[in-house]
Amino acid sequence: MTSASRRMAGDRLLQTMSILVLTLSLVALLALLYDIWSDGWSRLDWDFLTSMPSRRAAAAGIYPAILGSLYVLLVTATFALPLGIGAAVYLEEYGGGGRMARLIEINIANLAGVPSIIYGLLGLGIFVRAFGWGPSILSGGATLGLLALPVVILSTREALRTVPMSAREGSYALGATKWQTIWHQVLPTALPGILTGLILAMSRAIGETAPLITIGALAYIDFTPSGVMSPFTVLPIQIYNWVSKPQVAFAENAAAGIIVLLVLLLSMNAVAIVLRDRFQKARA
Amino acid sequence: MTTLLRPLSTMTTGTARPATPVKIDVQGMNFYYGAKQALSDITIALHANLVTAFIGPSGCGKSTFLRTLNRMNDIIPGTRVEGRVRIDGEDIYAASTDVVGLRRRVGMVFQKSNPFPKSIFENVAYGLRINNLAKARSEMEGRVEESLKAAAIWDEVKDRLHESAQALSGGQQQRLCIARALAIQPEILLMDEPASALDPIATQRIEELIYQLKASYTIVIVTHNMQQAARVSDQTAFFWLGRLVESGPTATIFTNPAEKLTEDYVTGRFG
Repeated sequence: MTSASRRMAGDRLLQTMSILVLTLSLVALLALLYDIWSDGWSRLDWDFLTSMPSRRAAAAGIYPAILGSLYVLLVTATFALPLGIGAAVYLEEYGGGGRMARLIEINIANLAGVPSIIYGLLGLGIFVRAFGWGPSILSGGATLGLLALPVVILSTREALRTVPMSAREGSYALGATKWQTIWHQVLPTALPGILTGLILAMSRAIGETAPLITIGALAYIDFTPSGVMSPFTVLPIQIYNWVSKPQVAFAENAAAGIIVLLVLLLSMNAVAIVLRDRFQKARA
Repeated sequence: MTTLLRPLSTMTTGTARPATPVKIDVQGMNFYYGAKQALSDITIALHANLVTAFIGPSGCGKSTFLRTLNRMNDIIPGTRVEGRVRIDGEDIYAASTDVVGLRRRVGMVFQKSNPFPKSIFENVAYGLRINNLAKARSEMEGRVEESLKAAAIWDEVKDRLHESAQALSGGQQQRLCIARALAIQPEILLMDEPASALDPIATQRIEELIYQLKASYTIVIVTHNMQQAARVSDQTAFFWLGRLVESGPTATIFTNPAEKLTEDYVTGRFG
């Protein structure tokens, strides 16, 4: 074999292997989805979505968990978005790249990799006990907010960095202050990137179980949350609760719950992508 | 171009000082990017209602110097200015200077047109809004129209003021950026190679515009293009390796420069 044809063969081999690996992971994912779908499909109906949990599997529903997840996410976004963007704007636009800013930057990158249960312990210590918020939606949302914060900060910084210098200079040259330039030019241009970061962070938060169990979210509730100070449960906890029961019927409930969680997650992402594209188009 | 083709001996050489008052007075200015010195001992007076062109090869410091006149270099970390820059007798690098106010008086047009990703109207209105210069909506509309007319682009955009500015052609975008700069009624207009990315026809429109604008503004233009400097400017300053080699009436610089270096550059022997 000549050297050229040997290299071509190597090339083809690598290509085949890449496709094989990709197919393998896709097949695994599809098998998982099919398994869940076939288990849970029969349980999915309007009653399941709008009923309270029950000791009888056939009567149990997922309503409080859906509401709990949505409320917690709302609080999480309310916490993480302004704090995250604020921190990123400071680090990127005002921090000036000094030693302190670099130290903070490294720490934020590290925080993004901290196991979520650590955030749960922090939330338990601060929000539940020190602030006296109890095992409430507010505590849960704030805890997940902390968890989401590093991701929001890092992705916002990336988005701010892509705003071209020429746009900033154009604004400064017209007598704009630094804050006017950031508010009117930099942030709107960076918004699609910021939203993408928020989507990622929220997607991580919606699947979290450990930190919420740590702060004392309930595994079984038969009431809908009445406000931010109300006790709550979320979808992953409800699913976990059902999975841990021995009866087959509850396993079906769990599968149906997983489908609901997936649909919620995917539609959240879809909404965010639509929003992002609309912002991008509005400014193109 | 014709100026350059005429034999040197027949050229008129004027050394008389311009009749208009000094608007910008720079004395002994040094400029540094960190430890690297980019400008050395610049001393020059720029006169009101005249067009002054800065010429010189790439990297000679002409753009850097232009950007010191509205303190645009302030936003680059690690830059430092020594010496004195006075506008209307006031030291613009004094500790008490309001930089934002300075930039309102000293407008700037950039090499690469940089319209904001907004509508044509909002591009021009932006400077008015952030500086609170137009209260009522009708006043805002009036001043936007006025500025677009002054920048000779009104007829082309009047029917699509609320469409995106980024759909305009390169030459139109650059005139929009000039309109944007004019909207806040500056006294001085700095132009950093405003036509370098444009085709000859768009370039000609910008040059005609510069000629009209000089009645109301003090204009400083950086250009790579010596014919352009010869066409549009009254005064020319030649920069070389961060130094100001020579400045004076454009006719003199192009036909009878005092320095050999200037002559070599304007006759195209290097650069």
